[in-house]
Amino acid sequence: MTDPEDGPTFHPTRRDVIAAGAVVPIAMALPPGAAAQSPSVAAASGRVAVSLTINGTQHVLTIDPRTTLLDLLREHLDLTGTKKGCDQGQCGACTVLSDGRRINSCLTFAVMFEGRHITTIEGLAAGGTLHPLQQAFIDHDAFQCGYCTPGQLCSAAGLMAEGRAKTPDEIRELMSGNICRCGAYPNIVAAIQQAMGRS
Amino acid sequence: MAGYIGTSQSRIDGVKKVTGAAKYAAEFNAPGLAYGSIVASTIAKGRIVHIDTSGAKRVPSVIDVITHQNRPSMADNDKAYKDDVAPLGSPFRPLYDNRVMFNGQPIALVVAETSEVARDAASRIRVEYTEEPHVTNLFQQLDATISVPQPTNPSEAVFTPPSARGTPEQALASAAVRHEGTYYVPIENHNAMELFTATAVYEPGGKLTVYNKTQGVQNVQRYVCGVFGMKPEDVRVLSPFMGGGFGSGLRPNFEVVLAVQAALALRRPVRVVLTRPQMYALGYRPAMLQRIAIGANSGGTLDAITHDVITVTSQNETFFRQETGWSALLYKSANATYAHRLARLDRPTSSDQRAPGAATAVYALECAMDELAVALKIDPLDLRMRCYSDRDQIRDRPYSSKALRECYAQGAAAFGWDKRNPAPRSMRDDGDLVGWGMATGVWDATQMPITVRIALSAIGHAEVACATSDIGTGTYTIMAQVAADSLGIPLENVSIKLGDSALPPSPVEGGSWIAASVSNGIATTAAAIRENLLQIAKTMPNTPLANVGPDDVALAGGDLVSRLDATRAVAIVDVMQHGGIDRIAQEKTTSPVQDEDRAHNTHSATFAEVKVDEQLGVIRVARVVSAVAAGRILNTKTAASQILGSVVWGIGMALQEETLIDHRFGRVMNANIAEYHVPVNADVYDIKVIFVDEPDDSNPLGVKGLGEIGLVGVAAAIANAVYHATGKRVRDLPITLDKVIGVA
Repeated sequence: MTDPEDGPTFHPTRRDVIAAGAVVPIAMALPPGAAAQSPSVAAASGRVAVSLTINGTQHVLTIDPRTTLLDLLREHLDLTGTKKGCDQGQCGACTVLSDGRRINSCLTFAVMFEGRHITTIEGLAAGGTLHPLQQAFIDHDAFQCGYCTPGQLCSAAGLMAEGRAKTPDEIRELMSGNICRCGAYPNIVAAIQQAMGRS
Repeated sequence: MAGYIGTSQSRIDGVKKVTGAAKYAAEFNAPGLAYGSIVASTIAKGRIVHIDTSGAKRVPSVIDVITHQNRPSMADNDKAYKDDVAPLGSPFRPLYDNRVMFNGQPIALVVAETSEVARDAASRIRVEYTEEPHVTNLFQQLDATISVPQPTNPSEAVFTPPSARGTPEQALASAAVRHEGTYYVPIENHNAMELFTATAVYEPGGKLTVYNKTQGVQNVQRYVCGVFGMKPEDVRVLSPFMGGGFGSGLRPNFEVVLAVQAALALRRPVRVVLTRPQMYALGYRPAMLQRIAIGANSGGTLDAITHDVITVTSQNETFFRQETGWSALLYKSANATYAHRLARLDRPTSSDQRAPGAATAVYALECAMDELAVALKIDPLDLRMRCYSDRDQIRDRPYSSKALRECYAQGAAAFGWDKRNPAPRSMRDDGDLVGWGMATGVWDATQMPITVRIALSAIGHAEVACATSDIGTGTYTIMAQVAADSLGIPLENVSIKLGDSALPPSPVEGGSWIAASVSNGIATTAAAIRENLLQIAKTMPNTPLANVGPDDVALAGGDLVSRLDATRAVAIVDVMQHGGIDRIAQEKTTSPVQDEDRAHNTHSATFAEVKVDEQLGVIRVARVVSAVAAGRILNTKTAASQILGSVVWGIGMALQEETLIDHRFGRVMNANIAEYHVPVNADVYDIKVIFVDEPDDSNPLGVKGLGEIGLVGVAAAIANAVYHATGKRVRDLPITLDKVIGVA
């Protein structure tokens, strides 16, 4: 282990999975540290192969079919920016974009996203530049603890793409699937308005 | 020393939080990580006769099932389980023995290679109990309450009711105008967004690194050492980010015990994440039943007040907070009695939740004051002004500062209170009934001992370290602001380390005391660095600071400079070079100045407008103005967010929040955030926050703290507005539409 604050040096299989690319579906998505199994063993244990594109990178994994998209991101790919707040589709902290549409990643199995393009909070910024929504959230202090924030941002990005939210009332309504217990709602609305003005 | 303090600064951890880079307790991985899934009791009281784990163990990839029968060795005395903020009594011991003390109690932990398998296998555990009769209903225990215990030391006395004054019964009987009412606040759960989590990493040799969601890393460290008989150097607890606390993470929760049990038993890293329903088996704001009677003379000042409170606690611990003291403190009354009794229930121990005691008691007090104003036929704000006191009414001493008058004046002006028609049901907007209500808020301004280490490099970078927490309050940012000003360097040159038990000691992050504690702690340590530099500078050839005292120099722009003559300066880099060093590090403990001759409090005035659909009873909080007096505001941006968030909490408390128990089973019925309603974006409209100027010299920086004050009084202001809109007085929270429907 290195500095515990940065976490142990072990990063679950993300690099390996990326390296494996789409060449062959191999079982690189096992829990951290578990011995890699061959595809046939994986099949025998009920595991299934899935291929999906996350933030522009194709991932091919062999997983327990019960794995939610949320747990796939957090536990298999170390994309922990997407948050688990309830695991029941009630809080919106797990919101990601599937082919540009907002979804609760806790309520869907990863295998349902074969071939889809998923965008998570880690994929929102283009290169080193923050997405206008991310900058607006900082400017307006649209968060406190930050735990609901990735979901708020993905929801906001989705509704902006949908072109549905024109007024503060519409923003409030369309953002009500994302609970913020710190109560930053007015700042969230202000931030989204700022970002809409820019884009 | 000025520059960043008192300005509007974006959070220094903002980029991490908006990019997903901020890592919370469940997001630290380790090779060989195993996943624990909790099996919870389905009875409220009794004994476990048998746990059949065979079905779970047959599931491939299950590693082990830990129960009270095979857990690692744990301490056998209550003292070992007492954390820094434990109440009186015998703390709950997870997986200790076969006793079941509440429904939802963890009774087994299934550990597996994946979370999916662990969860599946946990559903295959079969448990036999012998059940005992339980009681979880406060209203069934009203004849069996106990008085809060008499304090055995001064620290306990802060939570016991104030002494009686005069002859309240007689004064009430002879009062020109009387109001008497019973008010109820139900159990409320914190419902922070992050699930309680512990990732316990077992290191070769038996050391543990624990990533835990907590408001006090050193509290958890001490607790784990006590429970498992470990040495502090073998247990390191980290919590660099916390997804909301609100008091729920002041005490160590059971997930950390379970994760450590499994890590020690299996000698590998284990993560335990509570499910959202399991979060309702932790602490909660105690339900509270209060009776207030107020007698006033016809001039509108108080002759008598009685305030009697019943709150709930568990069978094994005696949790209570200051409830009645707030009414004793705020308003002058020659005759008064205060009482606080407790009902013991077969539930987890109740706990601190944002503004514990004050949020509930001041709700009742400020609704009662509103009702008294109606009875007196005077404006509610006018009544507060007539009853205003410049002295602490419990100990008859002045305040270090109390700008509540300014809160009333500025809040009323911003709200437009003078346009209020006093008659209920007299104001309408587009068919909706409109109501305006107001209330007072009060909380303690407290400072605690804290230790801060600062290392300043020759090129003007500083690392500031303290084992405190940032639970979303903005601690990272205010620490950097104070350090930058104290050291005379740019904000971006400061790095903050917190949330690590290996750092210099800090109390738990609660009670609104961290801002005052850590900011003054940084100032103290920075002064030591300055003094250190001055000592070296004095030895430099031709030093311009030869006869300058330590209080007469400042750090500014990379220089050590005389406060009296700015031309007398030396560059810090030259001082360090002369001293043959490239950095100076100091670690200092700062304790509050004892000042018992004055009261130290924050105050607020909340003004609320509600709109009520007369047919459907739907209530919207259209507008809130919160005017706060809390000493010096370190960061106007993050401070306003804290108050804004508190007002949202007040909206939830007034209109939505209630933990419902099925008393047949002693089980929470709405243990999820769809059925336990918290405010969502569409529930929140216009909120204006005002900080009134309030110079205070209780500590060098004049900081009082903001975590609680924004909530106190908000529910009362909304309840009073609902009365003004509808003419209907609802005294039991939350004010749901069924309670106001049919108001005509």
